Amino acid sequence: MNHNFQKDISGCGLVGIINRDGKRISGSFACNSLCLMNDRGNGLGAGYAAYGIYPEYKDLYAFHIMYDELGAKTDTEEYLKKNYHIEKKEPMPTASVPTIKIHPIIWRYFIKPLPEKAERELANLGDDDFVVHTVMKINSEIDGAYVFSSGKNMGAFKGVGMPIEIARFFRLEEYEGYIWTAHTRFPTNTPGWWGGAHPFTLLDWSIVHNGEISSYGINKRYLEMYGYKLTLLTDTEVVAYLFDLMVRKHGLDTATACTVLAAPFWKRIDDMPEDEKEAMTALRMVYGSALMNGPFSILFGHSKGLVGFNDRIKLRPLMAATKGKTVYMASEESAIREICPSPEKVWAPRAGEPVIVELEDSR
Amino acid sequence: MLTIDAKGIYYRDLNNKVREAVAKGEKEIFLKNINGQYYIGDGLRGDVKITIEGVPGNDLAAFMDGPTIIIKNNAQDNIANTMNSGKVIVHGDAGDVLGYGMRGGKLHIRGNVGYRVGIHMKGYKKQNPIIIAGGKAGDFFGEYMAGGVLILLGLDGDNKRPLVGDYLGTGMHGGVIFIRGDVDKKGCGAEVGITDLNEEDKKFLKEHLEDYCKDFNLKTEDIMKSGFKKLTPASLRPYGNLYAY
Amino acid sequence: MFKSLAVPEFLAKIDPVKCIRCKRCIQNCGWSVYSWGGDKVLIDTFKCVKCLRCYHYCPEEAITIEDNPVIYRNNANWGYNHIRNIKRQAETGGIPLTGMGSDLPYPILFDHLLIDACQVTNPSIDPLREPMELRTYLGKKPARLEFDKGPDGKLRLKTKMPPQIKLEMPFIFAPMSYGSISLNAQKTIAMAAKELGIVMNTGEGGLHEEIYPYRSNVIVQVASGRFGVNPDYLNAGVAVEIKIGQGAKPGIGGHLPGEKIPLDIAKTRMIPVGTDALSPAPQHDIYSIEDLRQLIYALKEATNYTKPVSVKIAAVHNVAAIASGIVRAGADIVYIDGFRGGTGAAPVIIRDHLGIPIEHAIAAVDDRLRQEGIRNEASIIAAGGIRSSADAAKAIALGADAVALGTSALITMGCTVCGKCYTGNCSWGITTQRPELTVRLDPEVYAERLINLIHAWSHELKEILGALGVNAIESLRGSRERLRGVGLDSQTLDILGVKPAGR
Repeated sequence: MNHNFQKDISGCGLVGIINRDGKRISGSFACNSLCLMNDRGNGLGAGYAAYGIYPEYKDLYAFHIMYDELGAKTDTEEYLKKNYHIEKKEPMPTASVPTIKIHPIIWRYFIKPLPEKAERELANLGDDDFVVHTVMKINSEIDGAYVFSSGKNMGAFKGVGMPIEIARFFRLEEYEGYIWTAHTRFPTNTPGWWGGAHPFTLLDWSIVHNGEISSYGINKRYLEMYGYKLTLLTDTEVVAYLFDLMVRKHGLDTATACTVLAAPFWKRIDDMPEDEKEAMTALRMVYGSALMNGPFSILFGHSKGLVGFNDRIKLRPLMAATKGKTVYMASEESAIREICPSPEKVWAPRAGEPVIVELEDSR
Repeated sequence: MLTIDAKGIYYRDLNNKVREAVAKGEKEIFLKNINGQYYIGDGLRGDVKITIEGVPGNDLAAFMDGPTIIIKNNAQDNIANTMNSGKVIVHGDAGDVLGYGMRGGKLHIRGNVGYRVGIHMKGYKKQNPIIIAGGKAGDFFGEYMAGGVLILLGLDGDNKRPLVGDYLGTGMHGGVIFIRGDVDKKGCGAEVGITDLNEEDKKFLKEHLEDYCKDFNLKTEDIMKSGFKKLTPASLRPYGNLYAY
Repeated sequence: MFKSLAVPEFLAKIDPVKCIRCKRCIQNCGWSVYSWGGDKVLIDTFKCVKCLRCYHYCPEEAITIEDNPVIYRNNANWGYNHIRNIKRQAETGGIPLTGMGSDLPYPILFDHLLIDACQVTNPSIDPLREPMELRTYLGKKPARLEFDKGPDGKLRLKTKMPPQIKLEMPFIFAPMSYGSISLNAQKTIAMAAKELGIVMNTGEGGLHEEIYPYRSNVIVQVASGRFGVNPDYLNAGVAVEIKIGQGAKPGIGGHLPGEKIPLDIAKTRMIPVGTDALSPAPQHDIYSIEDLRQLIYALKEATNYTKPVSVKIAAVHNVAAIASGIVRAGADIVYIDGFRGGTGAAPVIIRDHLGIPIEHAIAAVDDRLRQEGIRNEASIIAAGGIRSSADAAKAIALGADAVALGTSALITMGCTVCGKCYTGNCSWGITTQRPELTVRLDPEVYAERLINLIHAWSHELKEILGALGVNAIESLRGSRERLRGVGLDSQTLDILGVKPAGR
């Protein structure tokens, strides 16, 4: 547990799109929406996550990894080779963008952990747990290597630049996904590091987030007790790991996990019927250190859906809209209308009340 | 009578069964195949008799308030810890720290007892705890004693071991200790006064020994044949001069 | 008997012109400093402890209490305390006693920690108009919860929650026994606790029948003296606490002098009137960690697992390992009493030289429990030198769930921290059993003052949370990121898990 860290602070704008039929949408939509909110960022970070982009490899973990130098790549690949079956590896397809002069080396891998009996590390861990272990190991132990994303049939594309520049760099118009999350960033200083951009992902979780979590200190120490290594020192990382802990490890459903992060006030709990009061009281007692206190709006994507919510006294904006089977969420209504001019329904979710959208045919 | 076969049952489940039975009004419980289960009769109340076959675990009858527990075999440490009322009868030997802070009731032990028996016993008016041990006792017998009665009989056993250990009644500031046999002043705490028994003491002793003898089929007259010494605190404030104000 | 060569610490003076000979000073002084000389008040200044009772009750402001200028020659090494204690010991052969926490100038880390505030990147919150939550639950928390869905689609709790103590604010009143303090003082605290929705602690003197009405706001203590411990007592309160040690006197037992044992105390404690009430240094059924487990579960059995069990220890060198053992032994709450904690009576030499400060202890214990993955298994109460809501906030940020207040509560009743609690002469009626003194302390009146204090501290705590931009106390708890150290060496910062200011 290291207390001597410098936390990364930033503001931002965010966008989320999901088609509940699983119909895939081009990356340019997400980009166009995000670009309307350029004033919410400052060109020091933008990113996208998309689900459904690798149907041909949908049973493999898709690793997007950035390297500062080739040595880091060698070390990482050596580790992967020992522990994973590598179906395919290739440089990330990119385009030249004049304003992006320096960028890391980015590769992608379609892999799966070697079967349990093989000589891999920690053979008793399940595949998902082992992938988490791998991500923690690469990020914290291999200098100059950083995993952008590690889920199945999904991926994160992010870097230092304006939303349009990052979209062009990664040729996002060539990708189609049934869920998109996107983020433009306003860091208060210039880390200039591509890994620091949003979305933040782990397995198939992806998080984009707006606002500084004032309870970061205890959220971080709470997660560390459960073995998470917080290397990025961002609020977003905390959100992703909290979801991982509560949903994947503790088996809470998404709505309940959102309730933990933006818990109802005691005043409201005290007025609830006895059974619900008991449940909510226990939830706050047990998960008090996971309460995210301070301003935030968050979009949380996973392979089966998209969740948007904000803090319990609504210090950050979030709008939602529907048209047909598509649900949109964004920091500003205009960003939705930019790509969906006449939605059927537009609303501002209430403080702490999540908007949970799931695919109709959960695949 | 309810019989519970305790073989392999963890104390928590066993004691739960006992509590439930007592709550339902059971007056007699027989626990067989006991071996090492802690806390039998812990905090238990009511008019119930529990008979135990086997060696029960520590803290038997801790905080107990009323019941009678009979142990047919030896018993371990911490019996009658802070016990409030009731009675515990041990047919064999028992361990260390018996009757710690005991507030009332009786603890009758047929055999030897260990170290620190009857320490910090209390007493106030009718609440007058009594421990009678038939064998010998270890060091610190009656340490910090603030009330109650300790009686040590030294009835049998080998002569290799002294009747009572060192530091007898050390820090005693209330209560009374009766020892059947001679007491060496050197082995006592500085706070203890040793006297012979007067008639009132003998009457008191006889009364309590009769109850003890009934439990173990002994004869009071036989025991009373030998002389007793009575130990009482020399001062109410043994440490009154220790501090500078 | 020669006259003591220990010079008086204070000079009590009466202005003969202002004095109207009303004799109120004579009535009020518990130490008999004043007596009537026929035409004027006589003064025995050797007895004065500067409790200021006479000063406050003199209608003419005729009394002044000065620090004696005829103190020993100034010497940075041989200070007044050393010389005076040697003289007293030479005269009596005794161990000098004292009351209250250590008054030596050891560094106070609370005074070297500063709290964060929000500016721009995250907002501060206005605590007077927006919700601000201080509610705290003490007790074992499962690592995770399981739920079912009810027919209404709402959550139903499947996990059985262990028993908890509910506090409306993260304060509790520290254990102070009936005996060490008067029944009126204990009643004052009990009344305040009930009104505030927090808890008080009996200390080890048992539970007087007049405190029973406040039982849902009482923690009952089981200490080595086992005073007043019976099944009724164990089940009377909301929790049971095993007292192993006290910050002011770690590793030594208690000693309530015979002067403070009148009939009523003797009855509650079941010991003879006028005897010294002795609490052994150890609990004699605990000589090892497995024995602690045995007592914890003996208490849980006696209370049928309906009450959390707390274990109170003094902060000593290996406090982290000890606390970890206590949690593993099954305790639901660990109460840590720091070096500066108060006492009714302790040898000066012990109070001033044994233990470690609470700040280090909280940090070390919270860290260790997290490293071991068992922080959820027990709550931490921090005590020993909490002087203000800022100290409380810092203790909570370091990792405490709640803080315990002893001395500060007594100060609301008139205490001036004169440190003479062990004499039983307290003129304010707090640490005495003399009926003519205890009658001065009206629980109705002083409970209101104590309630005022805790309300004020709660408001201050809410202001601090608001400045930090959080609206629930659990977001401050253990959030050391919101603290910075000033003037602390890097090793101390490392122990506290706190960055230096500027980082």
